[in-house]
Amino acid sequence: MTAPTPLLTMTGITKSFPGVRALDGVDLDVQEGEVHCLLGQNGAGKSTLIKVLAGVHQPDEGAIRWQGEPVTLANPTAAMRLGIATIYQELDLVPGLSVAENVWLGHELATGGFTRRADARRATKALLDRLGHGEIPVNREVGRLSAAGQQIVSMARALSHDARLIVMDEPSAVLAHDEVDNLFRVIRELTAQGVAIVYISHRLAEIRQIGDRVTVLKDGRTVGSGYPAKTTPTREVVTLMTGRSVEHAFPARRSEPLGKELLRVEDLSAPGAFHGVSFSVHEGEIVGLAGLVGAGRSEILETVYGARSPSRGRVLLDGRPLKAGDVGAAVRSGMGLAPEERKSQALFLDHPVTHNITAASLRRYSRLGWLDRARELRDAREQATSLDLRPDDPRRAARTLSGGNQQKAVVARWLLKGCRLLLLDEPTRGVDVGARAELYDLVRALAASGVGVLLVSSEVPEVLGLADRVLVLREGEVVHEAPAGDLSEAQVLDLVMSGHQDLSGADATVPNGVDA
Amino acid sequence: MSEQTRNEPRPGAVDAPPADESGRVEQAAARTGRPPSRLAQALASPFARNASLAVVLVVICVIGMATTGWVGDGARFATKPNVLAILRYGATVGVVSIGMTFVIIGGGIDLSVGAIVALSSVWATTLATQAYGPTGMVFTALVVATAIGLVNGLLVAYGRIVPFIVTLAMLAAARGLAELISDKQTQRVTEPGALGFTDFFGGDVLGLPMIVLLFVVVAAVGWVVLNRTTFGRRTFAVGGNAEAARLAGINVQRHTMLLYALLGLCCGIAAIMITARTTAGSSTHGTYYELEAIAAVVIGGTLLSGGRGTMVGTVIGVLIFATLSNVFTLNNLDVSRQAVAKGVIIVVAVLFQQRLARSTGAT
Repeated sequence: MTAPTPLLTMTGITKSFPGVRALDGVDLDVQEGEVHCLLGQNGAGKSTLIKVLAGVHQPDEGAIRWQGEPVTLANPTAAMRLGIATIYQELDLVPGLSVAENVWLGHELATGGFTRRADARRATKALLDRLGHGEIPVNREVGRLSAAGQQIVSMARALSHDARLIVMDEPSAVLAHDEVDNLFRVIRELTAQGVAIVYISHRLAEIRQIGDRVTVLKDGRTVGSGYPAKTTPTREVVTLMTGRSVEHAFPARRSEPLGKELLRVEDLSAPGAFHGVSFSVHEGEIVGLAGLVGAGRSEILETVYGARSPSRGRVLLDGRPLKAGDVGAAVRSGMGLAPEERKSQALFLDHPVTHNITAASLRRYSRLGWLDRARELRDAREQATSLDLRPDDPRRAARTLSGGNQQKAVVARWLLKGCRLLLLDEPTRGVDVGARAELYDLVRALAASGVGVLLVSSEVPEVLGLADRVLVLREGEVVHEAPAGDLSEAQVLDLVMSGHQDLSGADATVPNGVDA
Repeated sequence: MSEQTRNEPRPGAVDAPPADESGRVEQAAARTGRPPSRLAQALASPFARNASLAVVLVVICVIGMATTGWVGDGARFATKPNVLAILRYGATVGVVSIGMTFVIIGGGIDLSVGAIVALSSVWATTLATQAYGPTGMVFTALVVATAIGLVNGLLVAYGRIVPFIVTLAMLAAARGLAELISDKQTQRVTEPGALGFTDFFGGDVLGLPMIVLLFVVVAAVGWVVLNRTTFGRRTFAVGGNAEAARLAGINVQRHTMLLYALLGLCCGIAAIMITARTTAGSSTHGTYYELEAIAAVVIGGTLLSGGRGTMVGTVIGVLIFATLSNVFTLNNLDVSRQAVAKGVIIVVAVLFQQRLARSTGAT
């Protein structure tokens, strides 16, 4: 492409966090007035990349050029001064402040430190009108707006910066259909004025509709850039995003017959999350739940575990009903949960691995309240060794471990407890590709030893590759149940999306991007 | 959000890789919850909350009158000297509470205010300082207090120590320093050149005690700064969502530091007021000010978790607390019983506030 100097060029951007290499050589160039789509699965590095672009994270290596000139985005203000505005999915609004106050936060309309509130209100009203949402009251507290309303406020804020480049992180995720049309109208208006948009979405149809070019990220690298958004075949994009190497890493399924029924869920319902869900898990069986975010996957897991109370239905373990909404009862009867948010929901990050592993079994090491620390360390070490947890020193703080080894520590906790039913919520999120294969082997080995596993994952290949049986969820209901071997990725995607089939595939979602 | 994460943008926390879409579903679920009751909604508006606080104040006044003779001869509550006594008592703590409102809305807390008041009252009344006359004393009180507030702010914002610990340490250190300087003696304002200080600040203007007037001025300025300036707006942002404030380009650390310095300045003003009222500096001045100021702010409807609060609420909170103490005293309730009653009132106020916040989905 013989284009003029790009508005923005990023080359060889790398960024590491403790234990994770989030970006590993990302290239991106954006032209004036184009809608540049950024695609990639969860964990591909999109969010980190836009935070680098917003001046929130500083890259370890790599160069950023703005209109050909090298620049450093040392902080959010620096990025905004250049004319880069970012619309995050969350986090960037202050719930207690009004709409107008949020729009102008950080660059308030003020004279000598005194805010010009009437001006701010008027200007906010004008921005909201431009966005087609003049009905949002500028004095309303943002915390009282709907999610879509908050999204509009974020956009008004981006516009208030007179941005040359607006980054939109999944702006359509919280919008209804007609609101998306409105969003596109605004985007077209902006690009006609020369503003560039970096658009992140999992919905391929949207990208076809609004996008000009596509850059695909995978595992922190740019694997494809500058593809025309409207004409590149879906298969090509999907192949870039997923890569096929992971697929072969799944261990063979068990061949021997399953054990007796371990978990039975009957007609479980929770308003607004899922309803009428029934299924069972046998000893030695891995059951996968597939579906979009919001389809009720995690909520089902949490309800089975007793962290949420159902409005109807019951959970039986070994044929005995479990007390609803009681995590203690679930754990006592042999359940363990490895939650999605490992760091905040499962681990004591600054404590040694030992303590993390023995956290659920402390009673065993306690004599009249005294902890037998030697025995605790010995057992923890035994678990760590059997799971090949590295580095091989259980006294290290959990924080220093990589994502995969942290996950192993969580699993080890439940194995030590003698858990018979393991609930895994996004077990490989934030785990790099190599370590994933190990985790898959581990889960399979557990199943072979008779443990039942209930698995939730956004990555369809993972569910299909690892589970014995798959339940497909859509809008809180089980729409299909089949042995994993009888399903293809395309079929599952059809099922989770089929509510929108009448749009001639217009809302088709990219695989692995099902976590829209 | 926990105290820890809010006040301490540790490098680890800031640099954590973004968890892609975590929590969004949970938030959506929380939003679709049961709508708050109409009463809770009505009470949630700052205006209505302050109005109901005013009602509470009126009720306390009525109780005061009912228990001590209504009006006219023999009445002890509704007399000019008694009302002025309430105002004089409330004014000093009131000024501290104004500054405390900023710090708490900004997501912090300061336990050292009483000690700062003591230290600057002592420093401003040493014989050496008195020699510089009233101007020198005022200057000293303000500079000492602001400097200590600045130290608190630096340690909280840049030292990344939780404010509870920083100001607890300062509470001990500043009071100790006050004792060292004064040798635990009361320092009377006696130097001939310094008498103008007590004359001016201890006197009356337009029939009102000077210190009451000072409180009115500080409260008014505080209201304007909080509600009409960029600084005030950003205070709400920093306390309401520090990450959002950072992403909006606000220098959260510098702002946090300035909040503590501002509170220090208020403590300096309070030190001047108490020194004038008692005509002396002392290392025992300002005892329990942290309790009373935080109580007034919280009763006034400011959330201890930051991000929400009103100046009017704080002023009414100060008046409620001062009036209540007065009514207790007029009814011969001893100090110990008063302390128990105050403790109960604070807890009830916070319980009420939390229920309100939860039922309206406010954070």
